[in-house]
Amino acid sequence: MSTTQKITLAKGLNMGLRKAMEADDKVLLMGEDVGKLGGVFRITDGLQKDFGEDRVIDSPLAESGIVGTAVGMALRGYRPVIEIQFDGFVYPAYDQIVCQVAKYTYRSQGKVKMPIVIRIPFGGGIGAVEHHSESPEAQFAHTPGLKVVACSNPVDGYWMIQQAIAHDDPVIFFEPKRQYHADKAELDESATPEPLFTSRVVRPGTDATVLAYGPTVKTALKAAEAAASEGRNLEVIDLRTLSPLDMKPVYESVRRTGRCVVTHEAHVNLGMGAEVAARVTEECFYSLEAPVLRVGAFDMPYPPSRIEEEYLPDLDRVLDAVDRTFAF
Amino acid sequence: MSEHESFGPDLADVFGPSQSDGGPELVQLLTPEGERVHHPEFDHDFSAEELRGLYRDMVLTRRIDVEATALQRHGELGIWAQLLGQEAAQIGAGRALRPQDYVFPTYREHGVAYCKGVDPLRLLGLFRGVDQGGWDPNENNFGLYTIVIGAQTLHATGYAMGMQRDGVVGTGDPERDSAVIAHFGDGASSQGDVNEAFIFAASYNAPVVFFCQNNQWAISEPIERQTRIPLYQRALGFGFPGIRVDGNDVLATYAVTKAALQRAREGNGPSFVEAYTYRMGAHTTTDDPTRYRLNDELEHWKLKDPIERLKVYLRRNGLVDQQFFDDLDAEAKEMGHHLREGCKALPDPKPMDQFGYVFTEMTEEIAAQRDGFAAYLASFEGAH
Repeated sequence: MSTTQKITLAKGLNMGLRKAMEADDKVLLMGEDVGKLGGVFRITDGLQKDFGEDRVIDSPLAESGIVGTAVGMALRGYRPVIEIQFDGFVYPAYDQIVCQVAKYTYRSQGKVKMPIVIRIPFGGGIGAVEHHSESPEAQFAHTPGLKVVACSNPVDGYWMIQQAIAHDDPVIFFEPKRQYHADKAELDESATPEPLFTSRVVRPGTDATVLAYGPTVKTALKAAEAAASEGRNLEVIDLRTLSPLDMKPVYESVRRTGRCVVTHEAHVNLGMGAEVAARVTEECFYSLEAPVLRVGAFDMPYPPSRIEEEYLPDLDRVLDAVDRTFAF
Repeated sequence: MSEHESFGPDLADVFGPSQSDGGPELVQLLTPEGERVHHPEFDHDFSAEELRGLYRDMVLTRRIDVEATALQRHGELGIWAQLLGQEAAQIGAGRALRPQDYVFPTYREHGVAYCKGVDPLRLLGLFRGVDQGGWDPNENNFGLYTIVIGAQTLHATGYAMGMQRDGVVGTGDPERDSAVIAHFGDGASSQGDVNEAFIFAASYNAPVVFFCQNNQWAISEPIERQTRIPLYQRALGFGFPGIRVDGNDVLATYAVTKAALQRAREGNGPSFVEAYTYRMGAHTTTDDPTRYRLNDELEHWKLKDPIERLKVYLRRNGLVDQQFFDDLDAEAKEMGHHLREGCKALPDPKPMDQFGYVFTEMTEEIAAQRDGFAAYLASFEGAH
C-alpha cells in the first residue's frame, strides 16, 4: 500500500534528513541555529528534539570551524551533514572544503572516506540583503574530489538528501531557497528514486532543449509552457547533478532538437553553462543548428534586491535565447 | 593618570623581557646543564629504562632528520621540513600518548610519527613526490601531514567530538578513555582555523590537547610578529588552561603532555601546551635562515640542546655505559641505511592509478578521462 502526501521542498528535506538519521546513527547534523530553532529556513525543524543535542549540533558561528570539525568527525567514522546558513557565508569554509574535504580521499590513496554532505541554500528571489542570494556552485564543481548536486522540487529534495548522505564521497548539496516554502508536490514514500547522479527529462519536447537545475527548472518549465502556446515544443532537462555531470540524456535530446539553451542564476562567465556548452559542442557538433546559448547572471555582484527580478533569468530571457537559436 | 594608562600597562612591557628564556612560568624538569629539578605540579618518577628510552628516541629522531636532509641535498627528496632542535618536544609529546589516542600532525612531526609506529620511510614519500601521505591514518592513529597551516586543529577537534559521542571519554577505564593531540606551530597560532578550533573545543569540552611547538620562527617571521603575549596565556581567553613547558626538556614535555592528555581523557576538556623550543635548522631545505636571523641566537640555543642535556644526566648518574651508546650508534646507522636505500627504492606513482583515488568509486567522467589518456599514450607505442 502506498501512501502519498503533498509536501513543500522544506518538508521534503526535513523528512529526508529524518529518514537518514533513523537509518544510520552515525549521521550527525551540524550548523548554525539548526537545533532549537530548526534552522533559519526550518529545514531541521524538530530534529534536535527527537535525536538529541549530540546528533543535531548547534555550532559556534564559524563556517570553517563547522567544516573542519566535520572532517575530523568523518575520520572518526561519522557522516556529518552540515548546514551552511546562506550561500554567501560558505566562503570562510572554502579552504577546508577545497583543500581538506575534497582531497583527503585522494591524498590517502583511497584509504580514507569523507562522507560529508554540505547543504547550501542558494539563489535569489527572496528580497534578501547582500550575501544571501548567491549561486557559487561552479566554484565547487570546478574542484576535483567534490560531488555537487542541486535539487529543484520537493520530491527530489526528499530522495536526493538521503542518497547524498548515504554516499561515501563528499557532496555539496544545493537547495533553491526560494522554493523551500513555495510549491507543493505529491510524495510517494514507497516509490523507488532514480540514482542521485543522474539528470532527468522533466518535460519532453522536440524543437529545442532547455537545460536547468535548482531554481531555474521552474523558470524553464514556465518558458516551455509559454512556448507551447506559441506552437514551439521545448524539451526541459533538470540536470540535478553538476559534478559529475550526467550528459547522456542531454546529448540524446540535443541530437533530436539541434538546439540547446542552458540557464542558471550563477554568472555565465566560466559557469556550469560554459562547461555544458563545451561538452554539447564536442559530442553533438553535427546535430547543432545553432550555438549553445547561456542564460544566467551578468558578470556583476548580486544587485540590491529591488531590482533582482530584472537580474535573474526569467521566462522571457529563456525564450529570447530560444528565439535566437532559431534565428541563427 | 592618563586616559591611556587606565587600560593598564603595555602587555609587551609585562611579558616582553622574559620571553627569550621562556620566562618564569616555564615548566622544567631537566636544565640545559643536565641537572634534574622538580616542579610542584608536573613531575614524573622516571625509571632508568624510561630515561634511556627517551634518549634513544631523540637520537633516532635526529638521525631520521639528518638522513632526510642529506637525501634532499643529494636530490632524492624535493624538499624536507627539518625538526633539528625540536626532538624533545616531539618525543616528550609522542611518548605521552596511549595507543588509543589520535594525532593530527603538521608536516614536521617526524618524531611523533616515529613514536606512533609509522615507518619513517613512509614520511619520505610526500617529500620525494611519490605520494601525498603514504600511510593509513587509522592504522597508527596518526593523521596525514597537513601543509595548510593550522587546518588540522579543526580536524582534531572534530575527531575529539566523535570520541565523545563514541563514549570513550571519562569512563574511568584507562584502556578505553581516549584523547586527541593537535600539533601546530607559533605561526599557525595566527590562523583563523586554530582560533576556531579553540572555540569549538572549549564550547563542547572536547578531549583535545593543543600542542604548540613555539620554535620562535615562522619561516622568517619571529614570534613577536604573531603575538604580543606568551602564547600559552591565550588559552585563558578561550576558557581552558595553558601551560608553557621547556620544549627542549623531554622530561618536562612528557610530564606536562601526559597530564594534559589525562585531563582530556577524563572528560575535563581541552588544554593548551606551549612547548618552548627552537628551530635550529631552516624552515625547510629551501630556506636560508642567515637572511633573517643572527648566528648568535642559534649559538645561544645550541647550549640548550635537548639531546645533550639528557646525555649529561644519564652519564653523570651512571645510568648508561659505553655499550649503550655503541648499540644506539649502530641502531642509528641502521636507520640511516634503511632510509637511504628505502628512499631510492620507493616506487614512482603510476599515472593511471591516480585517476582511481579521486573518489571512493571512479566516476564515468574520470574513467573516460583515464581511458582517453591511456589511448593517447598507447598511440606512441611502436613509434620510434
